[in-house]
Amino acid sequence: MTETSFSPEALSNFRICDFTGQLAGAGATKWLASFGAEVIRIEDPVREGRWDILRGGSPYIDDRRGINLGGAYNNHNTEKLGITLNLREEKAKEILTRLIQISDVVSENFAKGVLEKWGFGYEQLKQIKPDIIYVSNCGFGHIGPYSDFRTWGPIVQAVSGLTFTNGLPNEAPAGWGYSFMDHTGAYYMAIAILLALIHKQRTGEGQWVDLACTESALSLHGPTLLDWTVNKNPTRREGSPNSNRNKWPAMAPHGIYCSAGEDEWVAIACRTDAEWNRLADIIAESWCQETRFGTLTERLAHQDELDAFIGQWTRALTKYECETLLQTAQIPVSAVLKPQERIDIEPSTQNWGLWPEATHSEMGKVRVDGQPVHLSETDWKITKGAPCLGEHTDDVLKRLLDYSDKEISQFHNEGVV
Amino acid sequence: MTALAGIRVIELANERINYAGKLFADMGADVILVEPPNGDPSRSYPPFLDNKQGPNRSLYWWHYHTNKRGVVIDLDDNNGLQQLKSLINTADILLEAEPRTRLERLGADYKDLAKTNTGLIHIAVTTYGRKNPQSDLPATDLTIMAASGPPWSCGYDDHSLPPIRGPQQAFHTASHFAVMSGLTALLHRGIGDRGQFIDVSMTAASNISTEAATYSWLVNQGTVQRQTGRHASVQPSGETQQLCADGRYANTGVPPRFPHEFKNLYDWLIELKLDSELPEAIFLEMGANWEGPFELSKIGEDDEITAIFSAGRAALQLIASKVAAQDFFTGCQRAGLSVGVVNSPEEAFEDAHFKARGYQVPVLHDDIDREIIYPGAPYAFEKSKWSITRRAPHLGEHNKEILDSQ
Repeated sequence: MTETSFSPEALSNFRICDFTGQLAGAGATKWLASFGAEVIRIEDPVREGRWDILRGGSPYIDDRRGINLGGAYNNHNTEKLGITLNLREEKAKEILTRLIQISDVVSENFAKGVLEKWGFGYEQLKQIKPDIIYVSNCGFGHIGPYSDFRTWGPIVQAVSGLTFTNGLPNEAPAGWGYSFMDHTGAYYMAIAILLALIHKQRTGEGQWVDLACTESALSLHGPTLLDWTVNKNPTRREGSPNSNRNKWPAMAPHGIYCSAGEDEWVAIACRTDAEWNRLADIIAESWCQETRFGTLTERLAHQDELDAFIGQWTRALTKYECETLLQTAQIPVSAVLKPQERIDIEPSTQNWGLWPEATHSEMGKVRVDGQPVHLSETDWKITKGAPCLGEHTDDVLKRLLDYSDKEISQFHNEGVV
Repeated sequence: MTALAGIRVIELANERINYAGKLFADMGADVILVEPPNGDPSRSYPPFLDNKQGPNRSLYWWHYHTNKRGVVIDLDDNNGLQQLKSLINTADILLEAEPRTRLERLGADYKDLAKTNTGLIHIAVTTYGRKNPQSDLPATDLTIMAASGPPWSCGYDDHSLPPIRGPQQAFHTASHFAVMSGLTALLHRGIGDRGQFIDVSMTAASNISTEAATYSWLVNQGTVQRQTGRHASVQPSGETQQLCADGRYANTGVPPRFPHEFKNLYDWLIELKLDSELPEAIFLEMGANWEGPFELSKIGEDDEITAIFSAGRAALQLIASKVAAQDFFTGCQRAGLSVGVVNSPEEAFEDAHFKARGYQVPVLHDDIDREIIYPGAPYAFEKSKWSITRRAPHLGEHNKEILDSQ
């Protein structure tokens, strides 16, 4: 711990020397920063931090373009400090060494071996600070036959089975329309850092955590994998996957059905016969009373026909009309919400404070993802946007590392920072 | 040493949070699962041992309750309620997904419990948060997903097909945040001795886990549209999913962009004796010998650069059509290209890489005298031990050792 005093912020006693980027890494340290940890992102001034492809990438708030204006980068790096270090220079390595000496955690999501090449692999980190926590996060981890392979979210999802399990029978895999495993890899990385900090708080020991995003992803298949190891039942089989249906437990009807309008949909699930009977009362058509739909076993045996009937019925209603009808009857239902609807129209997210406005030095105020939790004593706070390239270099070098103005100015002139 | 040794978690059995309890338990916490007299409904969820339904045969139950001890307590009975309160008094964390107002009605909510256990961390998981009456509406993993954004982004180029959800992942995502916030509160308590109440919204958790769908809207009000096997996008993008010779798919990710990648791809094409089948091979060679950086922004404007990049994609398509998906994956990776085979879960599980990392973990089930192979740790700690030392509990299996000792 860098300090021992009590603070209203949960993690303000911890300092993170942060090499993470993109979403799989940056998302992890965003969590820590939003609870008060001092997260210092280190970027390469020569390449203007372009290793993180989101830094200057779309979306943009206006017509301006530039390395500080990436909307996704801003979203994933709120409340962090940003410094630049040109690690090709010995002086930059000295600065980094001093920074590591006063940090609790070194975090990164480079390909295997990058930090080692710069002279800051785990063995060297331990020499610099024996109780350092080092958390690396890459697609296949630092150990194993594929450890040199390169990944990003969709590749992790493909190899780990998460792409395959999302789809309809006789169609190509639908997969994920976003990097689910960059988000989720970041959550596992945050959990790993927090667990390692707890371990250190209790024992004084640091350690290395080798996080392989593909392995975290595999863990999300749980019962499917046991069905394989115990029963040798594969998911690659006729009629599988059919991911809008439910396996654990089986339900019918259970699916996403077409609503009135252009590309409008509604999700409906009946968990019990009672819920089905209430739905049948609402639909009030003769097919609802057919014996082939009378019990769960029957409905499961005739699920394709049932879904076709339900789909005909939902098509005549808007998704909100359907939602209201079913909610009144206490049947699980939800309109499939579009971004605008869940962010700006449906009030629950705004009432939660889920889209805080963060102030970025060049972009101004921009709404970003908040956190889906509220802690009664030490809640999260997101008011500062992501750092511009090197925005806090001088501050960190002076305030934390005691360099003089003259030395700092020299570092700038010599291309060290 | 485990990171959470000595940390006691009381988990009120519920399918929405069983994974959070497992994440705590597998890292060494003493997780006590509290069930009603008839047991939690998910005890009867498929799949089943040897495909036969029956008590203690649910593989779903086995997976989500590793390392936990189990007790039966009837919360609708006064004695039971007192038993629960006494148990929570010994705990560090209460993890629950009860109906929004149930614990308050029972006089067993945070404000009641913290009077005698000031260090208690109470994690409450509900659909929309404890303060929102919408949390009282019935919901499933599917409807929570639909309300939170993921399905809007997932599915097919053909929009007459429905949006697709990733099964169970709304529950998993909420569980991840339950654990992250619980650990955050534990770290804070390690300094200040004070516990706290944590309100977790399942819909909020999935809402902030949808990447560009959310920030495209937040930043400039763009709406992404779903596409087959790749990112939903405001502007349509090229296909990335490739059918291979063995009928399986691969994700081609980012096509070659650097001279060494074009060279490796060209060399591989020759090795496979496929160069004569690709008229554009000449452009691959040109890409391999390119001097200076490629300006990606000139694709579509500069004829030469456009031809080189098209040749990269064409070469990948040709090779994929001639080799098995696994060989395409490893061959591309050896060429330095970030490509992935679309495995089924069992294919991934049997892959040599994960086996080499020790991901297949044997667990002895003493009750059936069988060793069962489980999925392993989601992270590899050097010192904080992850392990499965105990199978999921039978109903009320630990009543005597836990409740009698209070």
